[in-house]
Amino acid sequence: MRKYTGKSAIRVDAYDKATGRAKYVEDLLPDGALVMKIYHSKITHGYVKSIDTSAAEAVPGVVKVLTCFDVPDIQFPTSGHPWSTDPHHQDVADRKLLNQHVRYYGDDVAIVIAENSVAATQAVRLIKAEYEELPFVLDPQKTLEPGAPQIHEECPGNLLAKSETHIGNYEEAIKEPGLIKIEGWYNTPTVQHCHIENHGVYAYQENGRIVVVSSTQIPHIVRRITGQALGCPWGKVRVIKPYIGGGFGNKQDALYEPLTAWATTQVGGRLVHYECEREETFVSNRVRHSIRTHLISWVREDGTLVARKGEQWSNGGAYASHGHSIVAKGAGSIPQLYPVPNYEGVAYSVYTNRPTAGAMRGYGMPQTTFAVESHTDDICKKLGLDPIDYRRKTLMPKGYVDGFSKNEMFEDTFNQCLDKGIEIMDYYTKFNEYKNQTGPIRKGIGVSAFWYNTAVWPISLESCSVRMIVNQDGSIQFQTGETEIGQGCDTAYSQMVADAVGVPLEDVHVVSCQDTDVTPYGTGAYASRQTYIGALGISKCATTLRRKILEIAHNQTRMPIETLDLVDGKIIRTTDGRVLKTLGDLACESLYSLEDSHHITAEETCQIKSNAYSFGVCFAEVEVDIPMCKAKLTRILNVHDCGTLINPQLAEAQVHGGMSMGIGYALSEQLLFDEKTGKPLNNNLLDYKLSTFMDHPELEVAFIENAEPTNPFGTKALGEPPACPVASAIRNAIRNATDVSINVCPINPHVLYKEFTEAGLIEE
Amino acid sequence: MEKHQIQYQTVHFTLNGKEVEKTVDVRASLTDMLRNDFHMLSVKKGCEVGECGACTVIIDGETLNSCLYLAIWAEGKNIRTLESLVGPNGELSDIQQAFVEEAAIQCGFCTPGFIMTAQEIIETGKEYTDDQLRKLLSGHLCRCTGYENVLRAVKKAIKKVMYKRLGKEQPAE
Repeated sequence: MRKYTGKSAIRVDAYDKATGRAKYVEDLLPDGALVMKIYHSKITHGYVKSIDTSAAEAVPGVVKVLTCFDVPDIQFPTSGHPWSTDPHHQDVADRKLLNQHVRYYGDDVAIVIAENSVAATQAVRLIKAEYEELPFVLDPQKTLEPGAPQIHEECPGNLLAKSETHIGNYEEAIKEPGLIKIEGWYNTPTVQHCHIENHGVYAYQENGRIVVVSSTQIPHIVRRITGQALGCPWGKVRVIKPYIGGGFGNKQDALYEPLTAWATTQVGGRLVHYECEREETFVSNRVRHSIRTHLISWVREDGTLVARKGEQWSNGGAYASHGHSIVAKGAGSIPQLYPVPNYEGVAYSVYTNRPTAGAMRGYGMPQTTFAVESHTDDICKKLGLDPIDYRRKTLMPKGYVDGFSKNEMFEDTFNQCLDKGIEIMDYYTKFNEYKNQTGPIRKGIGVSAFWYNTAVWPISLESCSVRMIVNQDGSIQFQTGETEIGQGCDTAYSQMVADAVGVPLEDVHVVSCQDTDVTPYGTGAYASRQTYIGALGISKCATTLRRKILEIAHNQTRMPIETLDLVDGKIIRTTDGRVLKTLGDLACESLYSLEDSHHITAEETCQIKSNAYSFGVCFAEVEVDIPMCKAKLTRILNVHDCGTLINPQLAEAQVHGGMSMGIGYALSEQLLFDEKTGKPLNNNLLDYKLSTFMDHPELEVAFIENAEPTNPFGTKALGEPPACPVASAIRNAIRNATDVSINVCPINPHVLYKEFTEAGLIEE
Repeated sequence: MEKHQIQYQTVHFTLNGKEVEKTVDVRASLTDMLRNDFHMLSVKKGCEVGECGACTVIIDGETLNSCLYLAIWAEGKNIRTLESLVGPNGELSDIQQAFVEEAAIQCGFCTPGFIMTAQEIIETGKEYTDDQLRKLLSGHLCRCTGYENVLRAVKKAIKKVMYKRLGKEQPAE
C-alpha cells in the first residue's frame, strides 16, 4: 500500500537538528577525555630516520608520545568496501597506523596524547623528525615512467591496477574509409568533500573491548578494519555511529578510527579523542581522484559512432583506499552511456605522492561524465550536429541490457528527460538566440546526460538487514545497519516501513544511531544504495512481521487468518471491513498474556542480486564575460529518473546538494599543490573555493518517475547522480557561448584567460 | 622549556536571557566556553578560524563567529545561541519551523549557525531581495543543501514574522 511513500513527510530528525539537540560525535564526549593530535610528515616523500620526542614529552599535560616506530607491524586496507574472503579481491593493505615511509606531505608519523588540546598542540610542534628525503611525483602519467620515484615497495612501477575493455575490433573498424576522427584530453581536479563536520572519533576500553564512537558512514566496516589494523579479533571492537555532519564518501573509509582505537590501548584504556582540523581534513583524509581521460572517436558524417578508444589515468595519491574501483566505475560507463560496436578502453589507477584519493559523491562518474559529455559536444561541433538530436540518436536506448550486470534500460528515459528539460528551459529559443553572438558578453546554453548504477552488484553481493520490534502501543521500532548521513534515509525508511507493515507513519520509530553491538549488520551509506536496498530489506522484514502479527490476531480473535489484514495500525476483517482491534491492543495482550506470550519481532537479511540504472540530464545557461575571463552560471536544471519518489521534497533537496557540488567542480574548486615541494597550497575553506550562497543561481529540479521494476518501492539511485553531469553541462554552455572547447575544470578565470587567448578572443 | 602560567579570568554575561558567570582560561574561545562550560551544543565547530559559520551566535544583537571571539570578551555582553529560540514547551520559533517545513536541513551541522543569522535578519524587520539575502547569508558554508531550501526557509519565515508584526492574517499560498 502506498499511503505514506510518495509524499513529502517532514524529516524524522528535523526537530532535533533545528533545535541543536541532535548529537554528533563531539557532543557525546564525556568530560575528562584525553586529546590526541597527530604529527604529520613535513616532507612529500621519504623515510623517517629518527624522531626526538623528548621536548614534546616534557610539555606539562602530555601523557604519551608515540611514533611510527611504536605501531604494530601490520599493514591494513582502509576502503569502506564490503570485505572479500577471496584474497585476490581484497582491498590493498598498504599503510600502517603511523608510517616510517612517508608518501605525501601530511602523512601520519607520530601522535601526542595529552590532557588538553593546548598541551597536545604544543607538544606536536616540539616533535623533531629526521628524514631521508626522496624524489616525489605528483602526475598520474609521470609516475608510470621508468625511473619514477617508487612509492610502495610492494608495488614496483606505481601501477596499482590496470583494466581493459574490448568490444568488437577497434583497429579494424577505424580502417573504414571516410571516418572522421575526434580526439580530446580531459582533466578533472583534485577536490575535497568539505562536509562541515570534520571527521572526529573517540575510543576507550570497556570489559576488555575497544569502543569506538565515530563520525563514519560505515560503522560495521570500520569495526572490521579496526580489528585488522590492530591485529585483534573483530568482535573485540564495538563501533557506534551517532548523527554525522555529512560524509559524501570521505567517511566511507576508515579514517582515524584505527589509530584512535590503538591510542586508547596505549594509555590503559582511557578515553582518547581525536578530531581533524579543517586543514587536516583537506589533506590527510581522502580527496576525489583527479582523472585524466583521453578519448578518440571515429564517426561517420551523419554522426554514427563506429569506434571509440578511452584511456584514463586515475591519480590515487599515496595510499590505495578504494583502489581501482573508482576509475573502473567511470571506465565501465563509457561504452554503455553511448553504446559503440568497437571499443577499446584502458584504465590505470596509480600511486603518486599526493593525498590519498577515495570515494566521493559520484565515485568516478563526475570525472568520466565531464570527459564523455564534453567530447560528445565536440563531436557535434565538428560535424555541425544539434547536441540534443545527436544525443537522442546515440545515447543508451530503451531496452539496452548490460552484459555484465544484466542491468536494463527499461524505459525511454533519456528522451523523456530531454523533453522535459527542453520545455522547462525553453531550450531551442535560447539555443537559436545565442547563435552568432559577437560582443564581449555572450550567453550560452548546454546540456549533459548522465548514467549511474545503483548499488554494487555484481561486484559484490548486496545484503540489507532489518529488525522490526512491535512495542506495547503498536508502534514499530525499526533498525538497520544502513546509515543516515544527512541524506534523509531514516525518513524514507520510516515512510516505507509504515506502508510495508501497515501502520501510521507516526508509529514508526527509526533508531538512527548504529551500534555494532546492537544494530543488525549492514555495510552503510555508499553507492547511492540506501533507499534501493532498504526498500528490499524493509519489504522482506515487513512480510515476516505481518505474518506473525496476523497469526497472533487469528489466535486472539479466532477469525480465519485469510480474512485478516493490518491497515494503518488496525486489525481489519477484510470481508466486512470491521476493525477487530488495534495493533497496540494486540501487542500488549500478546506480550503480557498468561498463556501465550510473544514479543513480536522480526529480523531479516535480504540478498540483492540485481541493480538499477539511474539516469538524467542537466541543462545549464551561462553568461561569459570574455575580456574579464569570467563565466557566470545564470540558470541550471537537473532532470532525474530515479524511479518512484519516496519523498519528493527530500529527493529535490538531495538533487540541490549534488548540483551545488557539481557547480563548484565546474567553476571554482581545486586543491592545489606546489609542484616544487608537493606541499598543499590551499587546504582551508578560505583559499579553497567552495561554492557559497552567492555562487548559485536558483537550483531547478524536475523528475521523471518511471517505477524501477527491480525494486518493490520502484526506487533507485539519487544520492550521487546529481553531482555527475553538472560540470559538463556548464562546460558545454560555455562552448555554446564562445565556441571554445575547454577540457579542464574548474573553469576559472586562469583557465579562461589561457583558452580565450589561444582562441584569439582576447589579446595577450 | 619555558613554563607558562595558565591565566584565568572570571566573565559575567547574559546567556540566553540568564545572567551567568564563569572562570575561564584566558586563551579559550567563546565557542569553547559555550560548548564545554555551558553545554550549548548547538554551537558547532567546522573550522575554528571563521570560515564556515557553523559556530555563529548573536552577541548584543549582532551575529559573530564565536570561534573568533575570546571567551573573556563576553564580559557584560548579551549572548544568544540557538537554544534560546525554542519556546518553554519546546515550541519551534518561526525560523526553525520554516527550516523544518522547507527541508532546509540535511546533515544539520551548519543549521544552528544558519538559523542564528536568519534570526538576526528577521529581527531587523526589513524586507530584502533574494540577492540581498544571499549576501547576508553567505558567511555560512553548507555542503548538503546547495543553499536552495535555506533561502526558501528564510524567505518564508521573514514573511510570516512580517504578517505577525502587522497583526494581519497571512494569506494562504
